[in-house]
Amino acid sequence: MALRQIPFTAWVGLILTGFFAFCAIFAPWVAPHGNGEIVGDVWEPMSVAHWLGTDNLGRDLISRMIYGARITMEIAVAATALSFSLGSILGFTAAVFGGWFDTLLSRFVDLLMSIPTLIFGLVVLSVLPTTTLTLILVMGILDSTRVYRLSRAVAVDINVMDFVEAAKLRGEGKAWIIFREILPNALSPLVAELGVRFIFAVLFLSALSFLGLGVQPPDSDWGGMVKENKDGIVFGIPAALIPAAAIAVLAISVNLVADWVLNRTTSLKGGRG
Amino acid sequence: MSSPILRLVAQRVLLGLVLLLAVSVLIFAGTQILPGDVAQAILGQSATPEALANLRQQLGLNDPAWLRYVHWLWGILHGDFGTAQSSGLDIATSIGTRLKNTLFLAACAAIVAVPLAIILGLIAVRYRNGFVDKLISGLALASTSFPEFFIGYVLIYFFAVKWQIFPSISTVDDSTPFLERLQAVVLPATALTLVVLAHMMRMTRAAILNVMQSAYIETAELKGLKAFDIIRKHAFPNAIAPVVNVVMLNLAYLIVGVVVVEVIFVYPGMGQYLVDHVAKRDVPVVQAVGLIFAAVYITLNIVADIAAIVANPRLRHPK
Repeated sequence: MALRQIPFTAWVGLILTGFFAFCAIFAPWVAPHGNGEIVGDVWEPMSVAHWLGTDNLGRDLISRMIYGARITMEIAVAATALSFSLGSILGFTAAVFGGWFDTLLSRFVDLLMSIPTLIFGLVVLSVLPTTTLTLILVMGILDSTRVYRLSRAVAVDINVMDFVEAAKLRGEGKAWIIFREILPNALSPLVAELGVRFIFAVLFLSALSFLGLGVQPPDSDWGGMVKENKDGIVFGIPAALIPAAAIAVLAISVNLVADWVLNRTTSLKGGRG
Repeated sequence: MSSPILRLVAQRVLLGLVLLLAVSVLIFAGTQILPGDVAQAILGQSATPEALANLRQQLGLNDPAWLRYVHWLWGILHGDFGTAQSSGLDIATSIGTRLKNTLFLAACAAIVAVPLAIILGLIAVRYRNGFVDKLISGLALASTSFPEFFIGYVLIYFFAVKWQIFPSISTVDDSTPFLERLQAVVLPATALTLVVLAHMMRMTRAAILNVMQSAYIETAELKGLKAFDIIRKHAFPNAIAPVVNVVMLNLAYLIVGVVVVEVIFVYPGMGQYLVDHVAKRDVPVVQAVGLIFAAVYITLNIVADIAAIVANPRLRHPK
C-alpha cells in the first residue's frame, strides 16, 4: 500500500497516537523528572524549567503527564486485550455451537448491557479492592459484552458460508472451524472495532480515576491527575485542563485512525457495510 | 387504539418488568462477588470477634445470600431502601431530594439538547456532504472523544473563573428559589448537553437520511409533490419512530453522564451520592442507587420502544 493513499486525517491520528505511545513506552528516559519527585512550589506557572508548570504538590507536570500516559495506556491496552479475547472467543463459540449455550450467553449479555457500564462498574468496585488488576478485570469483562455482540453477529454470517460447510463435511473439529475458518474472515471488522473499544477503555478509566475509584495515589493516570489538580481551577490555575485535554487528543487521534481503518475494511468481506 | 398496539405495548412493559427483576438480582449479586468476610473488610484486621459477630448480625450476614436478596427486594417494593452503613441515615429520605435534583438537571439538559439535536440533524441532512454537514460531523467526532470533565472544567475555567458569569459550584438545597436554582444548573446542564448533543444529532441525521432515501420519497418527488408536502405527508410520519427512539436512547445516556457532571460541579444529586458511597464502601446505598439508575435506564428504553410501536403507521392502521 502506497503511503500517499493514507488520508491527511489518518496521518494526524497516526502521528499523535505514535507520539503518545512513544512517551508511554520510554517514560523513564523521556521524562525530565521522576514521577513522584517534588521539584518546586505548588502550581508554578509554565516556565523553561518546567514546561507545563508544577502540580498540586509541586511535582513537575510534564513528567507526571508522561508517566500518566504510561499508566493510562497500560491499563487501557490490557483491558481492551482482555475484552477482545474474551468477547470474540465467546462470541465465535456461541455462533458455532448455537443452541442453549448461545441462548444462555446472549441473554446474559443482554442483561449486563441493560445496566449502564459506569453504574455497574461502580456497584462492583464498591466491594472490590481498588488494584490495577481489578480495574483491568472489571473494565475488560464489562466491555467484552460489546465485542461479544459484534463477533457473534459476524460469525453467524460466516458460519453458513460454503467454505465452513466444506470444512464441517471434511470432519474438522469446532476449534478448527473457530480459529482457522471464522477468525481470519472476521478479523477486519474486529480490527476496526479495536480502536473504538480502546478509546472507550481510556475514557472509562479516566472517569473512574477522576471519581477517585480508579488508579490510586501516588501513581496516577490522566483522569487521576485531573482530580488532583481540579481545586486549582477556581483560582484560575489551568493545570487540571492539561491532562483532560491529553485524554481528548488521544481519543480523537485514535478515532481518526479507526475511521480510516473502518473505511478501508468495509469494502472487504465481513465488513459492517 | 386498536388491540395489536395494546398487546405489543403490554408485552414490552411485561418484558421490561422481568428485565428489571433480573437486573436487581445482578446488582445484588455484583456486591456479593468478593470472596471473604464483608464484616472483616469493614472493620479491618484488628476487630474483636464480638464486634465482628455484632456487625454480621446487624447486616444479616448470617442468612444465606438468597434470603438477604428476598428481604432486600421486599423492602424496596415497600419503599424501604434500608439505612446507610456509614451515616446511619435512612436511604429513602436521602434519595428523595437528590433524585429530584438530578431529574431537574437532566430535564434542563434534555429541553435544550433534544430540539437542538433534531434541528441540527435536519440541517445536516438538508445540506448533505456540504460544508455544514462536514462541520457537524467533525464536531460530533470531537465531542464523542471528549471526557465529560474536560468539557466541564473548560466551562468552569472560562464562564465561572475568567468571566465570572455563573457560579463554579452548583450547590442547591430545598429552600433555593427556582431562578437561583436555574442559574446554578446552567453550567452543568450545558456540559451535559454538549456530551449528548453530538451523538443524538448524528443518530438523528442517520435516521432521517434513511427515510429520505426510501423509494416512496423518490416517487413523491417524481409525481411533483411540493417539498413541504413530501416532508409532512410522507417523510414525517415515518421518521417519528426512529427519531423518538434516538432521543430516548440518548436520554438514557444522559443519566450516565450525570454521574461525572454532578461530581465536577459539586451538585447534590444521585450521581454524587453514588460516588461518595462507593468510596466509603457503603453497600446498601450503592445497591439502592445502582438499582434506581438501572430502573430509569430501562424505563427510558421501554418508552423508546413503546413510542416506536405507537408511532408506527402500519401498526396503527391494521389491515
